[in-house]
Amino acid sequence: MAEHTIKAFDDEMDRLRGLIAEMGGRAEAAIESAMLALQRHDRNLAAQVVADDRKIDAIEAEVEKLAIEIIALRAPMANDLRDVIAALKIVSVVERIGDYAKNIAKRVPSIATNSRTMEPISLLPSMGQVASEMVHDALNAFSARDAELALAVIDRDTVVDDFYNSVFRTLVTFMVENPKTISECAHLLFIAKNIERIGDHATNVAEMVYYAATGQTLPDRDPSTTPATED
Amino acid sequence: MTEEQQSLAPANPKMTARDVKVFYGPKEAIKGVSIDVAMDNVTAFIGPSGCGKSTFLRTLNRMNDTVASARVEGTITLDGEDIYAPSMDVVQLRARVGMVFQKPNPFPKSIYENIAYGPRIHGLAASKADMDVIVEKSLRRAGLWEEVKDRLQDSGTALSGGQQQRLCIGRAIAVEPEVILMDEPCSALDPIATAKIEELIHELRGRYAIVIVTHNMQQAARVSQRTAFFHLGDLVEYGVTSDIFTNPRQERTKDYITGRYG
Ligand SMILES: Nc1ncnc2c1ncn2[C@@H]1O[C@H](COP(=O)(O)OP(=O)(O)O)[C@@H](O)[C@H]1O
Ligand SMILES: [Mg+2]
Repeated sequence: MAEHTIKAFDDEMDRLRGLIAEMGGRAEAAIESAMLALQRHDRNLAAQVVADDRKIDAIEAEVEKLAIEIIALRAPMANDLRDVIAALKIVSVVERIGDYAKNIAKRVPSIATNSRTMEPISLLPSMGQVASEMVHDALNAFSARDAELALAVIDRDTVVDDFYNSVFRTLVTFMVENPKTISECAHLLFIAKNIERIGDHATNVAEMVYYAATGQTLPDRDPSTTPATED
Repeated sequence: MTEEQQSLAPANPKMTARDVKVFYGPKEAIKGVSIDVAMDNVTAFIGPSGCGKSTFLRTLNRMNDTVASARVEGTITLDGEDIYAPSMDVVQLRARVGMVFQKPNPFPKSIYENIAYGPRIHGLAASKADMDVIVEKSLRRAGLWEEVKDRLQDSGTALSGGQQQRLCIGRAIAVEPEVILMDEPCSALDPIATAKIEELIHELRGRYAIVIVTHNMQQAARVSQRTAFFHLGDLVEYGVTSDIFTNPRQERTKDYITGRYG
């Protein structure tokens, strides 16, 4: 795209994109580390994820400040306006994604070593992998203004949903057969739910990116494929 | 108009232009513009300096007739009637399609006389009492009455710039126009006076079809419901203002309104 006549405006938009890319990278890393900490029962790594979440929050605040400045001082229009508004909305969603990763990490100490052999534990890392790739691609799509990539993210939401349904069934069966594991299984269930929500949020980001890039909103998707959610 | 432009055109147009071209000598300043202007809209013309906004605006009340080198082609109608038809009374036309200019230009006469002049030559007042009513009504509509009611005999040129511009709007209103054309009416005014004119435009909307040329895009976004983007004598894009400013269809419009115009 052509440059703005006012060069400082381009610099500010670049900085906005840079901050969002960094925030996305940190959220992605938080999901991956939380899953790794769960698999390895690594309390230190889990504590690190919880501590690092503050950096994600700080970037959110910085983007908000910069976006408000751009709106006030540059009066952005058309695609620029859509980008700034998308940036504002995206950071609040990525901040939530960071919180989900933090919640997963916080549960790590409560899940005893013996349950690592449970089947759901073996499914969760791949589920987390898909969700963190969705986050990665949704934010890349924003940087590249890539509507196609955003659509590809949206399509992948059903993969995470399918994982969730499968983990849910496995855990319920396991709990019925091994009533002593109920408390741990409940934690795992919440973790699966958190990952499922991460997938939903990555999908929301992708929808915002699609609008910012094209000026068109996506037609509503079929809600029957999405599992019931409370939050 | 293309099919897409047609679909974006307002229903029940007050004025229509079809394939309008304006030449200054051999130079083609407007290159075949078609547009509909609606009664219940404020329509903004935007575009870089020299793109032909003023030239096109002046075709709507035949102001270009006063420029010796100017020649207008195409068809322009007001309520379906061809305004360039030989039978058209130009003085009458300019009362129906009033104009407000960039620089406020009150007559060097009293505030009262500035308003009364038009109605008098058009024979709109049968008595002094009639005229008093017209002057008060026009000044009220122009949002100036409260500020000047106690000094109607003061000279119009003694008012502040913003008041002078509202006086000129009152003067246009006094002859009961149907359309008001404004050519950068705020460019000589400070922000407060500008805000008052914008508020006035908002209040006048619906009573008159208003067409405003502005080089200030924020102003176009604030006051208009439809925006037309001109570039090098062409009408590049015409549509609902919020669409033009959030999601323009044409690359040239986008570059201009996002500040990428070289
Ligand atoms: N009276 C005139 N004689 C010759 N050329 C003119 C005259 N008025 C305007 N032009 C030319 O016509 C083009 C359009 O001018 P104008 O309508 O004033 O543009 P805008 O209002 O968009 O700035 C410009 O190139 C300008 O130089
Ligand atoms: Mg002009």
